Amino acid sequence: MSTIIHEFTTKIPHWRPRVQPIKLDEATPEQLDALKVTPSNTKVSDYVLVLANDVETLKVRTPLFNAIMYNRGGMGRAERELSAVGASVVNHCIYCTAVHASRYNQLAKDEEVMRRIFADGEDAELDERKKAIFTFAAKLSKAPSEATEEDMRALRAAGLKDDELLDLILSAALFGWANRLMHTLGDPVVED
Amino acid sequence: MSELSPNDVVITQADAAGSGPVRDALEGRVDIMAMTQATHDAALRPADPGGLSHGERAALAARIARLNADEGLAAHYAALLEEAGADEAVSAMADPAHKGGGDARRAALIAYTDLVSVHPRDTAAADIEALKSAGISDADIVRLSELNAFLAYQIRVIAGLKLMKATA
Repeated sequence: MSTIIHEFTTKIPHWRPRVQPIKLDEATPEQLDALKVTPSNTKVSDYVLVLANDVETLKVRTPLFNAIMYNRGGMGRAERELSAVGASVVNHCIYCTAVHASRYNQLAKDEEVMRRIFADGEDAELDERKKAIFTFAAKLSKAPSEATEEDMRALRAAGLKDDELLDLILSAALFGWANRLMHTLGDPVVED
Repeated sequence: MSELSPNDVVITQADAAGSGPVRDALEGRVDIMAMTQATHDAALRPADPGGLSHGERAALAARIARLNADEGLAAHYAALLEEAGADEAVSAMADPAHKGGGDARRAALIAYTDLVSVHPRDTAAADIEALKSAGISDADIVRLSELNAFLAYQIRVIAGLKLMKATA
């Protein structure tokens, strides 16, 4: 038996799809290419097998995701994860939050920030820079019109340069995308 | 992918092509902007649209832009809708006041889009079941989700760039 979880956690749950993943042995060459399946790499998650139903989007989305989260320069990787968490908490994507909160903790070598965010959401007490990043990501996620010039000025006052601001916008927006797949097409579950 | 495209939808919509600090930041992320444009094309005009036509995709995209009060982007998708040569029933989906005109399939596409675009946290298993009950295949449910998900991303990048520019 498995149970759907509804509370934020840094322990990464399983993801149970609500629609049929494609079957690897029936995959088209285009799907195999998008899935990066090779004789030495045959492990593909259900999530990616679900997305392979729309192979044209998957093929371009995967490198885009990696570029936004891992490209060199600009805003640091831990801060991009913080931005991802800001979006995922607002959109209540338990799975995305678990993955990216735990990555934040690994990169930042600190669990206190996520503890506070899970406890107090947007009221979490964080240092100026983290607070500005988290608040902007959360507001942009709720509705684009919620994020204001005042929020952007707070980011600049906290020391973010234009290249960092762009990375913040991209990573928060990217999770507007990811949350709308993870949270809608499946459930986060733990095995009993 | 060495320079920004003059036809980039996001940069055009954010009016960020002119020289200045926003343009400079975008120059540092040329690959991401090119891939963003490529996902736009894949979500709106895929070679194999499955059961979600180019016209329906453009109409729903215009609807989502309007639900987010982005009239400039809605105009872009209205132009794509025009290009797709969709019939009146499909074109009507671009208007947030229209709920499907009694067609069960279109009503389901619209109900799901209205929910996911604005209140994604409220989606539940029943919303996916409603799409299946309306005869929408699993593959088309994924296509519809990707369209919605891409639009959420695109609208937010545009909104963020406008704020960067306004405070530069």
